[in-house]
Amino acid sequence: MPDSHNLREREEAHWRKTSRLMLINLGIWFLFGYVIHMFVVPLNTIKLPILGFPLGFYMAAQGSLIAFVVILFVFARQQDRIDREFGFAEDDQEG
Amino acid sequence: MATQQATTTGGSDFLSNLGRIYGFYTGGFVAFVLLLAVLEIIGVPNKILGYLFVFFTLAVYAIIGVLSRTAQVSEYYVAGRSVPAFYNGMATGADWMSAASFVGMAGTLFLLGYDGLAWVLGWTGGFVLVSILIGPYLRKFGAYTVPDFLSFRYGGNFARALGVIVLVACSFTYVTAQIYGTGIIASRFLGMQFEIAVFAGLVGILVCSMLGGMRAVTWTQVAQYIVLIIAYLTPIVILSTKIYGIPIPQLTYGHAIADITAREQEMLANGLAAAASLKPHIQPFINYSPLNFFAIILCMMVGTASLPHILMRYFTTPSVREARQSVAWSLLFIFLLYFSAPAYAAFSKLEVYTNIIGRDLSAIRPWLFNWGELGLIQICGKNAVNIDAVIAACKAVAGHPGVVRLQDFVINTDVIVLSTPEIAGLPYVISGLVAAGGLAAALSTADGLLLAIANALSHDVYYKMIDPNAPTARRLIVARVLLLIVAVVAAATAATKPGDILAMVGWAFSLAMAGNFPALVMGVWWKRTTSTGAVCGIIAGFGLCLFYLVTTRYFPGAGVKYFGMTSLLNPATGAPLVDIAKAMALPNAMESWPTLAHPLANKVGWFNLSNIACGLLGAPFGFAVIIIVSLLGRAPSREMQAYVDEIRKPRGRTVLEEKTT
Repeated sequence: MPDSHNLREREEAHWRKTSRLMLINLGIWFLFGYVIHMFVVPLNTIKLPILGFPLGFYMAAQGSLIAFVVILFVFARQQDRIDREFGFAEDDQEG
Repeated sequence: MATQQATTTGGSDFLSNLGRIYGFYTGGFVAFVLLLAVLEIIGVPNKILGYLFVFFTLAVYAIIGVLSRTAQVSEYYVAGRSVPAFYNGMATGADWMSAASFVGMAGTLFLLGYDGLAWVLGWTGGFVLVSILIGPYLRKFGAYTVPDFLSFRYGGNFARALGVIVLVACSFTYVTAQIYGTGIIASRFLGMQFEIAVFAGLVGILVCSMLGGMRAVTWTQVAQYIVLIIAYLTPIVILSTKIYGIPIPQLTYGHAIADITAREQEMLANGLAAAASLKPHIQPFINYSPLNFFAIILCMMVGTASLPHILMRYFTTPSVREARQSVAWSLLFIFLLYFSAPAYAAFSKLEVYTNIIGRDLSAIRPWLFNWGELGLIQICGKNAVNIDAVIAACKAVAGHPGVVRLQDFVINTDVIVLSTPEIAGLPYVISGLVAAGGLAAALSTADGLLLAIANALSHDVYYKMIDPNAPTARRLIVARVLLLIVAVVAAATAATKPGDILAMVGWAFSLAMAGNFPALVMGVWWKRTTSTGAVCGIIAGFGLCLFYLVTTRYFPGAGVKYFGMTSLLNPATGAPLVDIAKAMALPNAMESWPTLAHPLANKVGWFNLSNIACGLLGAPFGFAVIIIVSLLGRAPSREMQAYVDEIRKPRGRTVLEEKTT
């Protein structure tokens, strides 16, 4: 049954890529959710030009939030591209 | 059949015109606000304007709720899986942002400064986990409820029952807090008695969800989001324009923060603030220790990805792809409010520091007396009702210099958002708008939560566990009756004003995290997870978290005596909050169910970990138990592993096929 063998391989390759994408995105999420804020004290000595925010405060109040929104829109596209590459994406006409 | 067809019954017309309908609605709402502004100029009293605001918005939600009534199971539970990503994002935004976000968040930031941002981060970053780890996979699975997935993946009704317990435990206290919030807002703005206001709010909630289930809740939540975001942004945009000439408060408040910092130094130098009462706005880790700061962020984030009323919103999209896009839209809409909250806090703080602190008592600005009358602002230990009362109260303080000092001034955190229109000198119509927005936030969250609880009881307990042969009509009647019962019980609980209600919202996140997160993630990402492993993991994680909460809050003496708990530490000084030896010698040390005033309640624990963050203990324990028990048992059947493969691929049929009769 070459066809089912082929499907199995595609499934595994698809999941490998999906898992890698997951790990990368969780890494970025962890960076913006936690790591940056561990350095709030040194970052606060830097003042954002024009806006006047201390950088450490700014990252927790806005910077990381913007990063989360961007992660989500980019992730939706990347995952869709992976799904399409292996023929596992849904058809397009709906919605 | 490659795609799943949307079951539309006369709804396609509505769905293809969504943009026009909600555009028209938004325009109508703005016109309504302008009309009320005209009425105010003509001289219509404020109280009538307040009533018009509340009743007009409630009427609109009710009309949407009635128009969306349905007799179809899939419409009732998942809105026919036909909600486009963009609108589902708005609905999720309203579902997510509660009275606490709308009214309380800015106040928390006002009080805690930088440390309060733990909540802003925690309540946004979790959506990354929803999208990457859980949400789209549950959508592909085709569940109606979260326990549906647990039951299918983990061998039946025992796992389902555990899922229902976790769901009810974390949703019920949360919904009670929302109904409490509607009562507070309605009583404050309409002058209703609190208990009556609670039940009036209840009617508002029920008309949205009773007849149309998820379908009705979805379309009212979109309408509620529009009201709440306009209401939240309007006052602060005007304020920013007035002070800095730029209508983007999120950018201009950087200067306010610089001014606050300068003023803090000045107040210390002038003796207007005792060093002990001043917590610098941008200084981190003086209200939470670094451990608790990051623990709160983590628990709120992971809790977001485990709360059933949020996850079920992504069951309603037409496809897995749109579920992912929808999470991104959700966070964008939520972000609009959360990145504005710190601006509210900064502008209010600057106003208080420059126009109240250091002022001669006779020159206090009059806006605060309205709130003083309600007992929400105190100066020198007495409600700031009017100038004479303030002067009298401060005379009674020994050695008072005659100007307001920081330590003399106490403000309830709810006032920050509600008073901003007055601080900015805006007409009453803007205050009414803010009240309508707060009400929309509370109602929409309560709707989503009530529906999650009632669905779990009607679908999981009644249909799946008690009577699997129940005909559709009876299932829907049972669902509605249960919705009504849960709502009335929640309102009755709220009317008693339980003391812990706001803390319980924080607990809900940790409980959801400990109970749901490990089992949901492992169910999708590790095929080797067995039923026994997952069941043990849910019990272990949820049990540990619940034990820690209940012991530290309700049996703190026993926690110290039998479980080796020690005092939490003061984050600023590192000293213990209570002298354990002394407190244990008191006669009430071993008291059970004590009030918050008990010397040990909420002040003991392990590793200096606050009980709000008990998910940090429960979830890793849950993961460990799932992995160990799963490895000890035999791998799940081939069939089950094939199902997991199906869940991982967006294309193809849903795994769970519901008979649609």
